[in-house]
Amino acid sequence: MNFTYTILIPIIPFIIFLFIGLMNSKIKPSLAASLGTGGMLISFILSYYTAFLYFFKSVKVDGAYQKIIAFNAEWLHFTDKLHIDMGVLLDPISVMMLIVVSTISLMVHIYSIGYMKGDDGFNRFYSFLSLFSFSMFGLVVATNIFQMYVFWELVGVSSFLLIGYYYQKPSAVAASKKAFIVTRFADMFFLIGILVLSFVTDTFDFITLTDTTGSAITQGGSILFMGMSTMTWALILIFIGGAGKSAMFPVHIWLPDAMEGPTPVSALIHAATMVVAGVYLVARLFPIFEISAPDALMVVAYVGAFSSLFAAIIATTQFDIKRVLAYSTMSQIGYMITALGVSGYGGHEGVGYMASMFHLFTHAMFKALLFLGAGAVIHAVHTNLMTEMGGLRKYLPITHITFLLACLTIAGVPPFSGFFSKDEILVAAYHHDKVIYFIQMFVAGLTAFYMFRLYFRIFWNTEPHYHHTPHEAPFSMTFPLMFLAFAAVFSGFIPFEKLVTSDGLPLDLHTEWEVAIPAISVGLIGIIIAFVFYKKESSIPDKISQNLRFFYRWAFNKFYIDELYMFVTHKIIFNGVSRPIAWFDRHVVDGTMTGIGKATEFTAKSIKGFQSGQVQKYGFVFVSSAILLAIAFIFYWFY
Amino acid sequence: MIENIPLQYFLIVGTLMFFIGVFGFLTRRNLITILMSVELILNSVNINFVAVNRYLYPNNLHGHFFTIFIIAIAASEAAVAIAIIINIYRKFSSINVENVSSMKN
Repeated sequence: MNFTYTILIPIIPFIIFLFIGLMNSKIKPSLAASLGTGGMLISFILSYYTAFLYFFKSVKVDGAYQKIIAFNAEWLHFTDKLHIDMGVLLDPISVMMLIVVSTISLMVHIYSIGYMKGDDGFNRFYSFLSLFSFSMFGLVVATNIFQMYVFWELVGVSSFLLIGYYYQKPSAVAASKKAFIVTRFADMFFLIGILVLSFVTDTFDFITLTDTTGSAITQGGSILFMGMSTMTWALILIFIGGAGKSAMFPVHIWLPDAMEGPTPVSALIHAATMVVAGVYLVARLFPIFEISAPDALMVVAYVGAFSSLFAAIIATTQFDIKRVLAYSTMSQIGYMITALGVSGYGGHEGVGYMASMFHLFTHAMFKALLFLGAGAVIHAVHTNLMTEMGGLRKYLPITHITFLLACLTIAGVPPFSGFFSKDEILVAAYHHDKVIYFIQMFVAGLTAFYMFRLYFRIFWNTEPHYHHTPHEAPFSMTFPLMFLAFAAVFSGFIPFEKLVTSDGLPLDLHTEWEVAIPAISVGLIGIIIAFVFYKKESSIPDKISQNLRFFYRWAFNKFYIDELYMFVTHKIIFNGVSRPIAWFDRHVVDGTMTGIGKATEFTAKSIKGFQSGQVQKYGFVFVSSAILLAIAFIFYWFY
Repeated sequence: MIENIPLQYFLIVGTLMFFIGVFGFLTRRNLITILMSVELILNSVNINFVAVNRYLYPNNLHGHFFTIFIIAIAASEAAVAIAIIINIYRKFSSINVENVSSMKN
């Protein structure tokens, strides 16, 4: 089967990015929007066509899906062994990611027509969206880890540009800088990890790296460094990069601030696609993690579990609806990461891997839906704070229904898709590590609680006085809501265990009720508590926060992690390291250079009197020196 | 005839002319006389070339070639130098070398 055409999926958004970007002020916004959306539609159709061909028509070996190199070109050639390629790799997870990215991106393109209407930077916005889509497609189809790194940085840049889209707003500028610096800091470890990994295994190529019988996995972990194999070190370093992009503790601080960007961007980049790049990276390298570095996988599992709990607690205390969703995203990504951490490779052991990818898929749908719904709400009432909202169900019927469906999905109520994927994760955790299982169960309850807190505060509760009556969003905004609601509700019935598994072989799974029933119960408890607290104006939440004053304030201020970072960077690094370096630079390095200049100037000033302008004086000096030299030589040679 | 005059005589004359030229070059203030002193130096060298050629390598003519070259170059040099002197005169209304010191420091 020939898949060469898949190269078009990333190329089309790239061409559109160049066109809109270069013609920025010369074309009409309507043309930019239709070009961006039309190009995305082509990529969308091609992605679905590829998925159809790959999953249902491609040749399987022993019933397992194969990894297919659809396209590969040498990009940088150093030696015969060391070369960096660019290409398209198709395997179950990359095809699944193509579906996720193209679906969400198309929906966001359509949604933005309505949401960004009349904005000054409309064309710029669409060109950045295309740049992001190009980079994300390039990332998911990467054939080797270096290509992935290149596109990894490109999505980082697009994210930076889009967070700072409202560049007149100082907070947006600060947020974009923060996102860029924090993720770049993590990416530094990623790069070191790549270099160590390729040094150990002699290759960048994913297929060679993840070949379970190949030399990379079987011999890679033999060198020890500080008590752990170099492979473990390399994978932990790579995971730090992934954690930076996926906003895992402790490098999560950029994600809540990234909500300064336009809401469609939050839906596309900071909920559905870019932030799951870390999950995708771990899944991509999963066989190495599982087989030659189980310690690194342990780190992955606990970082994920801790982050999901941490973020869920903060999410219950926030009032900015986009921030609640941002912490919810962080928490759900924690779920996916944990699922990978508790997974094994192959057969029934690999259920965590499958669950993680399943949750990635369903989460992309319902979280994008939640963000777009939040965007519609913000569009209607012009505020981000839930305290200034309430009773909106009468004004925004479509948004209300789709938002409710998304909340039910994320809370894990059957038969919505979130139930299935979350259930598989809990099953994997249950069989692997009971501590993580209980953490995740608790987080499931918290998730239901804070999502319904959000829902009831926005759509029920007491209605504040609105300056003008909120109105439902235009069709270009409600259509993506309805489409994604459909996807969020029904994507749980996709037989993921047959399609996306760790070794490509289909799994045979059935619902384990001893896990599913507690999961549903905690979800329902969370919903009921939220109902009691927030359906109507109630004094219970205030009382509880008063009683837990210390802890509440701690969580409300995001556990003071930002302040900790500020302390470490400003007080310790700036004062302890940067200032001495600056002093050294200013006084020693610069001082040496200035000293040389000053010395030259001084010497020149003191000897310039010799240059009298009298030719005969020069002549006298010349002749007498020549005579002296002649005498000296004669004396030297003849005596 | 000339064979009876020893080489040292020619060299003594050449050396005397050379130092007279150097003396004139260093002490005269008039640019024209300085130019004449330079010609004296050149001619003393010419004498040396011819004499040494005649006494040491009578079968070769290299010394003569050099002499002819030097005469030709001295002629063109004199032309250039006089052109420079004329320009200096126009600028400073004098050909006293001590006045020409606007490049100092």
